[in-house]
Amino acid sequence: MTEMFILIPGRTSDQGCGISEGKFQEKYQKQITSLQVAPGDMERLALAEGDWVRLTTEFGQQVEVAVTAAKKDELPEGLLFIAYGDISSRLMGGDTHGSGMPTSKGIDVELEVLRSETA
Amino acid sequence: MASVGSVEPGARSELTVVEDAVCTFCGCVCDDIDLTVENNHITQAQRACVLGKAWFLNHAIDDRPSCLIDGQPAGLEDGYQRAAEILTGGKYPIVYGLSDSPCEAQRVAVSIVDWIDGTIDTTTSVCHGPSGMAFQGVGEVTCTLGEVANRGDFIMFWGSNPAESHPRHFTKYSLMPKGMFVPNGRKDRTCVIVDVRKTKSAKAADIFLQIKPRKDFEALWTLRALAKGIELDARQVESETGIELSVWQDLMDRMKAAKFGVIFFGMGLTMTRGKHANSEALLALTRDLNAYTRFTAKPNRGHGNVTGADNVVAWRTGYPFGVNHNRGYPRFNPGEYTTSDTLARGEADCGMMIACDPMANFSQPAREHLASIPYIALDSKETPTTRAATVAFTVATYGINAPGTVYRMDDVPIPLRPAFKSPHPSDFEVLSNIETRVKAIRGVRS
Ligand code: SF4
Repeated sequence: MTEMFILIPGRTSDQGCGISEGKFQEKYQKQITSLQVAPGDMERLALAEGDWVRLTTEFGQQVEVAVTAAKKDELPEGLLFIAYGDISSRLMGGDTHGSGMPTSKGIDVELEVLRSETA
Repeated sequence: MASVGSVEPGARSELTVVEDAVCTFCGCVCDDIDLTVENNHITQAQRACVLGKAWFLNHAIDDRPSCLIDGQPAGLEDGYQRAAEILTGGKYPIVYGLSDSPCEAQRVAVSIVDWIDGTIDTTTSVCHGPSGMAFQGVGEVTCTLGEVANRGDFIMFWGSNPAESHPRHFTKYSLMPKGMFVPNGRKDRTCVIVDVRKTKSAKAADIFLQIKPRKDFEALWTLRALAKGIELDARQVESETGIELSVWQDLMDRMKAAKFGVIFFGMGLTMTRGKHANSEALLALTRDLNAYTRFTAKPNRGHGNVTGADNVVAWRTGYPFGVNHNRGYPRFNPGEYTTSDTLARGEADCGMMIACDPMANFSQPAREHLASIPYIALDSKETPTTRAATVAFTVATYGINAPGTVYRMDDVPIPLRPAFKSPHPSDFEVLSNIETRVKAIRGVRS
């Protein structure tokens, strides 16, 4: 099953604290590898906490990531959130459209439910 | 008067208190932190927020070599020499980062780039670079955070989530302070937050507007039209922005009625569709509103001295970021000389990454190219970028171990008050030593 979503990478305070604790430490790694999904989307896609999904961009960048339900009404359905880091960067294209800034928020992604990690 | 204590490495343990220390984790650059230091370790950071505490309490002396060459411990002198050889050996050297270094070190980095006819860029290009382009297009109606605290009665955040990125923004500068013209603090202010999701900051707002993703440009131009009294099609406005026209009209009436309005904007604007056109629309809206009342706009800057990087690169080269010296004089062109591009297109053939982590934060093509070229990395912590570097320097942490000057997000320079000394050299020392060797290789007399 695949469905289109808009991905919004951003900051979280745990990610910020994790940078100071160390990028190879648990807090930072956990933050940047958890994809937040709106509770309504979790239910509709029958996703449980910790299930794996594959995200693919229009330029073919692909990642696999575990999901977690976003808090209450923080995220509207159709939007995904992840803390900035390795995974969000892998989904950015190399092109900056003459601005120096790759499109790093509001990225169209195709979400495929995997349940468990394939890699 | 603060008692600034410094402990030499290996000296007898003692406890010192550093009053009014400066937190450089985010662009708020809070300069009222009291630090308790025991045995080269900060044990308390009074008044710091959760991010500031994590910053101070996790920067003890890193037990790593000050220099690694090809992953092996090496002497600093060897590291400086190898770094200079790398930078002078390429055809397209790039120097990038600088937003977590003091201005004094940034200045030396620009000099090195000048000697090697290289390209200098800062992390601004991947945060508020688009806003930098917009400033050149429409200008900036600006103010200091002190003016916000004392005058601001209408405070708006657009695409910015200070509750998680700048936790003391509300309490120290923008919402809570009781100021000269807002004596009742929060009660005298209206807070509006515009975002595509209901962030943790939304709780602080009197009015929260959740617009459609990638429709910031349309929303800002709706407000520009309303500011000028232009009639709009209500159905089109709602379908484009996700918000009813009457809500936008009410917002505009409140903006015009404000005595001193401020719009803080974040990367929700600059990183999404529209980029510099979004920032330009917001800055133009701010300018337009000055026909009715006093309105200002400020980018909410992330890293502690990213504002300093813009200032230093601008006063050394005439441009704020993405500056190429290949023809012997500075040229500015975002998209051409910015690091995401010079790496992703495979143009750079050597580089120096200063207090930044492109191996974690850049696109995959950019990372792959960086991994394939010789480069130098300076950081106080181990990162994916230092791990893959040809020469990696562990440096003293600015503000905690190393002195210098940083610019707060409102361009106010603030001197650092370091808490204890580090056995590792500072960015300034490493860069100065590399510059000396670069000059020697280039045949320039010091
Ligand atoms: S708001 Fe920013 S500068 Fe102030 S203490 Fe928190 S992290 Fe440090």
